[in-house]
Amino acid sequence: MVYAILFLPLLGSILAGLFNKQIGDKTSQILTSTFIVIGACLSILILLRTIEHAEVLQYPIFDFVNSGSLKLHWSIYVDSLTAVMLVVVNSVSALVHIYSIGYMSHDPHKPRFFAYLSLFTFAMLSLITADNFLQMFFGWEGVGVASYLLIGFWFHKESANNASIKAFIVNRVGDFGLLIAMFLIFSTFGTLNFHDVFIHAAEFSKKTIHIFGEEFNLITVICLFLFMGAMGKSAQIILHTWLPDAMEGPTPVSALIHAATMVTAGVFLVVRCSPLFEYSKDALNVVAFVGATTAIFAATIAIVQTDIKRIIAYSTCSQLGYMFFAAGMGAYNVAIFHLFTHAFFKALLFLGAGSVIHGFHDEQDINHMGGVWKKLPFTYVLMIIGTLALTGFPLFAGFYSKDAIIESAFFSKSFFSGYAFVIGILTAFITAIYSWRLIYKTFHGKYNNTHMDISKVHESGLVMLIPLILLSLGAVFSGYLFHNIYLGEESTKFWGTSIFFLEKMKEQEVPEWLTILTPTLVISSIPISYYLFLGNNNVVKTIVDMNKPVHNFLVKKWYFDELYEYLFVNNAKRIGVFFWQKGDVGTIDAYGPDGISNSVKKIAGQASKFQSGYLYHYAFVILIGVALIVTVLMIL
Amino acid sequence: MNLLIPEFALIISSLGLLMLGVFKKNSQKLINNFILVLLVILIGIIGVNYKDNQNFFNNTYSVDLLSNFMKITVLIAVIFTNLISSQYLRNQSLTRFEYSILILFSVVGMFTMISANNLIIFYLGLELQSLCLYILASINTTSVKSSEAGLKYFVLGSLSSGLLLYGCSLVYGFTGSTDYYVIANSFLTSGDALKFGLVFILCGIAFKISAVPFHMWAPDVYEGSPTSVTTFFAMAPKIAALAALIRFLHIPYANFYADWKAIIIVISIASMILSAVAAIGQNNIKRLMAFSSIGHIGFILAGLAVGTKQSLSAVLVYVFIYVLMNIGTFACIMCIHRKGAYFEKISDLSGLSKNHPVVAFSLSMLMFSLAGIPPLAGFFAKFYIISSIIEQKIYYLAVIGLISAVISAFYYLRVIKVIYFDQPVDNYDPVENIGIKFSLAVAIIFILFYFIQPSLLSNIADNVALNFK
Repeated sequence: MVYAILFLPLLGSILAGLFNKQIGDKTSQILTSTFIVIGACLSILILLRTIEHAEVLQYPIFDFVNSGSLKLHWSIYVDSLTAVMLVVVNSVSALVHIYSIGYMSHDPHKPRFFAYLSLFTFAMLSLITADNFLQMFFGWEGVGVASYLLIGFWFHKESANNASIKAFIVNRVGDFGLLIAMFLIFSTFGTLNFHDVFIHAAEFSKKTIHIFGEEFNLITVICLFLFMGAMGKSAQIILHTWLPDAMEGPTPVSALIHAATMVTAGVFLVVRCSPLFEYSKDALNVVAFVGATTAIFAATIAIVQTDIKRIIAYSTCSQLGYMFFAAGMGAYNVAIFHLFTHAFFKALLFLGAGSVIHGFHDEQDINHMGGVWKKLPFTYVLMIIGTLALTGFPLFAGFYSKDAIIESAFFSKSFFSGYAFVIGILTAFITAIYSWRLIYKTFHGKYNNTHMDISKVHESGLVMLIPLILLSLGAVFSGYLFHNIYLGEESTKFWGTSIFFLEKMKEQEVPEWLTILTPTLVISSIPISYYLFLGNNNVVKTIVDMNKPVHNFLVKKWYFDELYEYLFVNNAKRIGVFFWQKGDVGTIDAYGPDGISNSVKKIAGQASKFQSGYLYHYAFVILIGVALIVTVLMIL
Repeated sequence: MNLLIPEFALIISSLGLLMLGVFKKNSQKLINNFILVLLVILIGIIGVNYKDNQNFFNNTYSVDLLSNFMKITVLIAVIFTNLISSQYLRNQSLTRFEYSILILFSVVGMFTMISANNLIIFYLGLELQSLCLYILASINTTSVKSSEAGLKYFVLGSLSSGLLLYGCSLVYGFTGSTDYYVIANSFLTSGDALKFGLVFILCGIAFKISAVPFHMWAPDVYEGSPTSVTTFFAMAPKIAALAALIRFLHIPYANFYADWKAIIIVISIASMILSAVAAIGQNNIKRLMAFSSIGHIGFILAGLAVGTKQSLSAVLVYVFIYVLMNIGTFACIMCIHRKGAYFEKISDLSGLSKNHPVVAFSLSMLMFSLAGIPPLAGFFAKFYIISSIIEQKIYYLAVIGLISAVISAFYYLRVIKVIYFDQPVDNYDPVENIGIKFSLAVAIIFILFYFIQPSLLSNIADNVALNFK
């Protein structure tokens, strides 16, 4: 059963990718989708079984590396953490596959798209089912490659190519950190197996390491490098720049990879390594700080963006920040719970946005939309459900997970708990504002599109709406159904050994004002947002005019791209151009192949001239030769 | 005595055929066929007597494994030259009986050179061979170029013969004998003088194998002579001269290894580099083949300079493979004609791939093989030589050899480029001659599939090298 979950996507990918000529477009779409749907059903079964009685299952496949003291094997490792991730990955992937049949119906390269999607799913599954760091790294890189291929799926668009390269390179920076962490782990623990590393973590908690003449705690260093990898994959501040650009890919890709699954791999990594992070307060503080900062930073940018997908992308970035600071507070289960609920409502929002874009024939700017809620009734309702869930409207999924995060910050004794708590509440409010802004600008107000008539806007077909409806069920109920299992009194039993807490979690009484504060803010944001963006446009305009520099700062995304362009890209380019022009062409080619061949040519010309055809020249050469050889002999 | 059957048979039949040719009109076809059959039978006879090793006529003439190997190689070269060129000769109206008989006479001379164990006998063989070659070069009396080639070859050949004779007389003057064994034994008493003799004799032989700086005649003569004669020049005389050189270096001058090693290395390096560089500027495929053969001789000399049994075996393998590559290449060159007119420019090869795909493919493979690209036979030839050089730690020679092989790859590849990528001009005549087809097939099969069982040839060569002396 578990084998089928892992290998069906790979099989589908190979069939659709390599044999699409034989089996045809339609079959490859149906085949890949069916395989993933089977995987999703099996995953749900596994989760239900794990909820009944938590157990760790290990299914070996074959030996991977067996060299010296490095002994690794491929195997499928399923504990409660993996079981939760399996459901997230497979169910979202299955729905995205089905949705894509409708969304990509006009694309000429359907089999390739589905092959990539399935390949991604396979890589993501091997990431979450890994039982050692190297196998996880295989999946980690695999999702990176699939993401690269899918962002650049429309390869004829230069912006898509650039975005895919950018995503890949920025991720490489993070991967570099992850690799160093793996090296350190291997040199410290002598193994890369999760189990062996984690049970010995306590023994090494006091060990130090010399770096640049300074003493550092070894576990802290390892954790920080691990977190560097996580930051790259999960688009945390500093390494976040690729995520908004990744929206150049088809919308289903954004929903699957850049909202629900791949970007959460970083969170998964931190949670998976909780036995290490627990021994390093410093590393956890860094995680919390970066997470909280990302949450507020991305939210402030989202509020001024006009591209519907970019708004949701920054929202994703911000929600990932939430997950990280929850993990940084030591509330790993809360982080995973938010990951779980977030996957549903964010995928719903993305696919809903895709439906809107589809309806508008590839229009993405929300300034060119508006007033179409009657034309797109289903999408409208579903988007509202997604927004309610995202903003944490009471009883919707986000309400349970986000409040739990804010509470965990409130109770935590971590250094950054106050910072995180304030930011958590503030960000929840900003999130609500920009989410409603998106809804109002897209569906309400005047119809603003000059390129096409409002009558041409059309609702999407059933094949796209059914996945949306299923996701909306998740967005509504996943919080209510699972919060007891993940967070409640039974939760320690459920998580078992998969999450490690140095100090036992305690149930604490949440003060009255806190339980009311966030929902109040969130609910009040609906009319506020209505007033700002629909009721009276002048207010926003005055605010913008008053704070022009701030507005620009936000529109320009805190100038991160420009800063990187100036610091890294330009310099790297300059170095590259130097080595290419001066080094390769100017030195190696000029004096190497080109230079030699030129001089050979010159000599060849001379040598041909030498062959004059005159007998006496020839006789002369013979005699010279004799003289020369005699001389050689005499000298020797 | 029956070891000398081949020589006697050659002499008697050449004299008899000369008579036949003079007295019977239009007998050239008969003579030609008779010679072909005779040569094939001779291969069999020599092959049967393969294991014997004997000297005749007061040690002046020795028949051993080396001579047998070289004679068979010569015979193969001559037979295939005949097969390739019959159609060419007909088209060029060169079908005279003298042509075949001259070749037969020169074969006698070559056999004598190969087996000579005495300076006088060696010189006799050399001159008998050379005189025939001078005439052959100018056999196309209607062509100025052919006459010029013959004349040039004759004048320069005389000059080199003079040098050679001068060397021989020096050697004779100081040792009192022309016998190789006697010369070998008197190295202590008259060392330095013998070195002088060595230089002049080496120069004379180097002329025959067209090694730099005695190569100047080769491009002009190759170009001017009828292509069938060029084919002959490129192979048979060089094999004979090489055999004589090997014997000369290893028997009378065995004790002067350090000296002749230096000379041979100088000549070898000069040949390899010059051929690689000068061939680039050539537009005529026959001239190109002249420079190519200079380069190959350079490689063979590099192997000779090493002076070990292994290197000798490598040289023999190289010679054999060289002969087969030349058979194939010249067979292809003989295919390039339109309405009976032959073409020699490299640019004329354009479009060969369109109307003669098989010939085009064969020529490309031959060029790859000549350039020494694995897994073709030419690669193994070079590989054995280079590895024997490295075995003796003469690294600079190996490096120069490899560099020149890389440079020479350029002009071989240029031919292939012209064949496959240049615009076709006009259709060529179809290849109908069975002799050309057969020769090309043999050469190509040998070159393409040599790698399957390379030990077949190298074992024979090893055996020859081990039993030499």
